[in-house]
Amino acid sequence: MRPFTYERAGSPAEAAAAAARNPGAKFIAGGTNLLDLMKLEIETPAHLIDVNGLSLDRMEATPDGGLRIGALVRNTDLAADERVRRDYGLLSRALLAGASGQLRNKATTAGNLLQRTRCPYFYDTAQPCNKRQPGSGCAAIGGFSRQLAVIGGSESCIATHPSDMAVAMLALDATVETVRPDGATRAIPIADFHRLPGDTPHIETSLEPGELITAVTLPQPLGGTHIYRKVRDRASYAFALVAVGAVVQPDGSGRVALGGVAHKPWRVAEADAELPKGARAVTTRLLAGAAPTPENAFKLPLVERTLGSVLAEAKG
Amino acid sequence: MINPGDLEMTRRGLLMGTAATVALTAGAFPMPAEAVVGAAAPQSVPQPDLAPVTSAVSFTVNGTSHDLTLDTRTTLLDALREHVHLTGPKKGCDHGQCGACTVLVDGRRINSCLSLAVMHQGDSITTIEGLGNPKSMHPMQAAFVKHDGYQCGYCTPGQICSAVAVLKEIEAGIPSHVSADLTARPQFTADELRERMSGNICRCGAYSNIVDAITEVAGRQA
Repeated sequence: MRPFTYERAGSPAEAAAAAARNPGAKFIAGGTNLLDLMKLEIETPAHLIDVNGLSLDRMEATPDGGLRIGALVRNTDLAADERVRRDYGLLSRALLAGASGQLRNKATTAGNLLQRTRCPYFYDTAQPCNKRQPGSGCAAIGGFSRQLAVIGGSESCIATHPSDMAVAMLALDATVETVRPDGATRAIPIADFHRLPGDTPHIETSLEPGELITAVTLPQPLGGTHIYRKVRDRASYAFALVAVGAVVQPDGSGRVALGGVAHKPWRVAEADAELPKGARAVTTRLLAGAAPTPENAFKLPLVERTLGSVLAEAKG
Repeated sequence: MINPGDLEMTRRGLLMGTAATVALTAGAFPMPAEAVVGAAAPQSVPQPDLAPVTSAVSFTVNGTSHDLTLDTRTTLLDALREHVHLTGPKKGCDHGQCGACTVLVDGRRINSCLSLAVMHQGDSITTIEGLGNPKSMHPMQAAFVKHDGYQCGYCTPGQICSAVAVLKEIEAGIPSHVSADLTARPQFTADELRERMSGNICRCGAYSNIVDAITEVAGRQA
């Protein structure tokens, strides 16, 4: 690990200003992904800003009947919150399908959104990777790509986003609240938060330098049946090959988002509209334009079958 | 003939001595320059060389307070092992994948390898040494012994710390991936225990005995 200086921030605006003052600085909260990457010298911040003291660990009802989740709420506490279990079951289910009990106890809501890919070529510092070292190339294309993206990729990158929680947040139309170094705040719809790789796969979100997530807000509950189905190589503690998050209403309408298929959680408005017609119609819209590799082409039928199973379960 | 009693060397001392020998050997035979360049980690952002930075931190371990001045890079695991000299928490993968380093921080289980020591100012940390000792074992330690919940024992301190926390998590009503009803109280079933213990790997494969040990303690508490 490279040496770094360390400070504890006193307020969100102060943390953002400290990040702007220190080029190459990173915020650290749970640290479960950042420290892993720092040990491998994939991340090499010269300065860490500890944001754990910012009192962003609370959850509160919003005036319009939604729920505001502080950026520092731990994954365990978010999944176990009574309101989330009752009204946003998809979010609880997605969180509980990810990581281990130990990691969920540390990992935060904001940190989960900012997780970096587990593409093996991103992790292997002896290999080229445009995300790790812009312009160096992509060893995943033509390499071992079984886990990687089938849609939305580019000639620069076919990495997937690893988060389960973010899939649920996308299906639930969450909003990411931030503060910038000048103290200005903004609200970013989750659909605009994560980016496709294009020719800049190292830029993964719409956050500006120094911008700090302060909360994630959920709109009022949708009702319906909430299901998160994660298909993976082990029954527990593994990243998704394919994950399907769905909220299905009694009339068969609803919404669906996918994990494990793209550089960001994947949702297509036109596909939601097809839900009453069944899994094939939805999948055709969801994965239109997919460009899988021979190694991960299995993900296309796997999405359809997993969604079929989810819709059958929703019918009861 | 050497009397075994004369060898006042612990296994840890022996291992450290061996490691120093290996390091010395590596230093004596430097790798060719091109090999070093080829192996160097490509960096996304070139960073200026920075000297090691130290920072002060105070926390409590098993009821005893410690004031330490540490390199900011020191993980909680390394602080516990190398500075507080508690070698119960084990370094397995050092990347949060195996669970051998599991300790309790303010009662919650975490991977101590994926946490910086300087981020634990004021925290209360419990390691396997704080749960019990051979003369006065914690019920979970006793159950692991009784059910043979280990073979080589390397993962065991992490397994036991994790298991103690798992029972508290179920008691607190925290659901898991296998809980059928999110809004109902989770039960102390074998399926629940297996899922909740999935962050603790045992390469010897003592899993079924580990589940038996935890089940027995859960039964006593239920």
